[in-house]
Amino acid sequence: MSKVTGTFWLGRYDTVKTRFSSLKKIRWGRYSVISIPSLWLALFFFIPFLVVFKISLAESAIAVPPYTDMFAWNVEDAIIDVKIKLGNYLYLFEDSFYLDAYLSSVKIAAVSTFFTLLIGFPMAYFIASKTGTMRTLLLTLVILPFWTSFLLRVYAWMGFLKKNGIVNEFLQGIGLIDQPIQMLQTDFAVYIGIVYTYLPFMILPLYTTLEKLDGSLIEASKDLGAGPIRTFFLITLPMSMPGILAGCLLVFIPAVGEFVIPALLGASDTLMIGRVLWDEFFQNRDWPMASAVATMMLLILVVPIMFLRNGKKEGVE
Amino acid sequence: MTQETTMPLWKQDGAKPFIQIKNVTKKFGEFTAVDNVSLDIYENELFCLLGGSGSGKSTLLRILAGFEDLTSGQVLIDGVDMANIEPWNRPINMMFQSYALFPHMSVAKNIAFGLKRDNVPKKEIEQRVAEMLSMMQIEAFADRKPDQLSGGQRQRVALARSLIKRPKLLLLDEPLGALDKKLREETQFELVNIQDKLGVTFVVVTHDQEEAMTLATRIGVMGNGIITQVDEPRDVYEYPSSRFVAEFVGSINLFEGRIYEDEVEHVKIKSKEAGCNFFVNHGISCAPNQKVTVAVRPEKMKVTRRKPDQEYNCLHGQIIDIAYMGNLSIFRVKLKSGVIVRVTLPNLVRENRNPLTWDDFVYLAWDDDSSVVLTS
Repeated sequence: MSKVTGTFWLGRYDTVKTRFSSLKKIRWGRYSVISIPSLWLALFFFIPFLVVFKISLAESAIAVPPYTDMFAWNVEDAIIDVKIKLGNYLYLFEDSFYLDAYLSSVKIAAVSTFFTLLIGFPMAYFIASKTGTMRTLLLTLVILPFWTSFLLRVYAWMGFLKKNGIVNEFLQGIGLIDQPIQMLQTDFAVYIGIVYTYLPFMILPLYTTLEKLDGSLIEASKDLGAGPIRTFFLITLPMSMPGILAGCLLVFIPAVGEFVIPALLGASDTLMIGRVLWDEFFQNRDWPMASAVATMMLLILVVPIMFLRNGKKEGVE
Repeated sequence: MTQETTMPLWKQDGAKPFIQIKNVTKKFGEFTAVDNVSLDIYENELFCLLGGSGSGKSTLLRILAGFEDLTSGQVLIDGVDMANIEPWNRPINMMFQSYALFPHMSVAKNIAFGLKRDNVPKKEIEQRVAEMLSMMQIEAFADRKPDQLSGGQRQRVALARSLIKRPKLLLLDEPLGALDKKLREETQFELVNIQDKLGVTFVVVTHDQEEAMTLATRIGVMGNGIITQVDEPRDVYEYPSSRFVAEFVGSINLFEGRIYEDEVEHVKIKSKEAGCNFFVNHGISCAPNQKVTVAVRPEKMKVTRRKPDQEYNCLHGQIIDIAYMGNLSIFRVKLKSGVIVRVTLPNLVRENRNPLTWDDFVYLAWDDDSSVVLTS
């Protein structure tokens, strides 16, 4: 650019310079803001995971702690012996028990997630359609169970579902059944427990997306000739996809690794990876095997999530 | 607009109205949004509902679209009672104020939405969407998502989407509200052209009186849920039927007065505020000595330094404010009574040797037929 007037040029240069320095400042601020949660994740997630991963490569031993060291120092010959056992992982594939447990966990989690979505969506829709105090009241009711201990609430379900529990007595009272039904210690009870416990995690993200949904879009769809059902599938459902995804992940991920609910409500043959993990650790005291199971579970969960995130990014762009 | 040899439908006796709104009332709890409104709109009209916020104009539009149930009354479209007809079964489409474009669909899919719902064959859909895209000059954006468009482009997509089903009636809620001034003016004329070409009846809701003036065949002025006047734009402006309409449409000067001579072909009015007597060259139906309001538009007044040769309709005051608007100047003149009068003068010459300026004393005068006498 030719120099037209000196002041003009100087002025431009100045603004460029100040802009640049303020940009730098903003970056610094950003990094420091991000660093705190990053540090948190590193300290309480990544490092523990590395520890677990390391244990999974060891061999079970009768010792304290009950596994072999990865590094052995041979001082005389100045050699570091590195001992990595892949057998634990191989065993995961050899014994169909583990694969069955994984599949069964994923199945139970998927079915439960489907039902939480089925029950949670109308609830979230209903809450989002209300205004003012009614909406606040309903939201509070959704969150209220968190004020009681999770364990207590699962025990309460045992009271409901057991042979001489409230449900059976009610059904017998109205004459629908003669003999009490076995509900506790079945897969059915596990589904009920998971759906009940994780319902708020489905409702809340769904509510936030549905609440933001522009009502005029629904009206526009109806105006253009789509009835309520078509409008729901063509507009409401696709528009609430972010909430559905978030809710499903929030329910599915913890449900796969769930231990307490199948342990308390499920049958002894209800196979879930959380219970297998527990048994390896505390019954068999096989820490390396338990660690391998845990690492595998993480992989199974992380991979689909990463695919989902990538897909979402592409969708946005 | 083209010169028409035939009289417009609304002036013909016995013409069948296309939309009949009969004693329609809509209440939200205790609040009455639309209060016993009756209105006829004819085929091919571009009818504007003009009113401020909370006047009930949008509610009336939503009633036509079928989004609000009536508290009482009846709406007939093309002779059919709309009471039990759902929005998706009405021969009506609406262009929303926010445009309400579906963000997860491309422009072409947005436009095709209405046709797909009617199970129109795929080939025909493609052809009609292509036609509509070229008519609105948005072919280049067919594959874009709504959030990649400018406000003006979105407006065109919304219009295209609402016209694709060739509705008998198109409802437009503040169609130009989100556009900037330049684009708004261009689009105004385009809307009129499209309406003319397609022969669709338009009902437009707006709060912008300028928009209503340029678009409408007739204007219905609304306030507090009531339609106070229905007339052609010129009549609404020149012959407002009430104080409310006079003040809402354009700016106007109002003087309180009392009739002291009431003849068949003229009336004389005494006004303390104005400091002069008014002469109106037509009779009005009123009680003797009745209190009335005389209304004069700012551009109807002549401004002179010397006292003009007329006994009536002549004010005297001092200029306290001048606003130069380019094409015209607005003067605020303070009368002896303290009343401030607004006058506009066109800037006919570039340089005025002896311009009116602050603190000048001036006379404001107007013709016998320039004022309107309002009794309500």
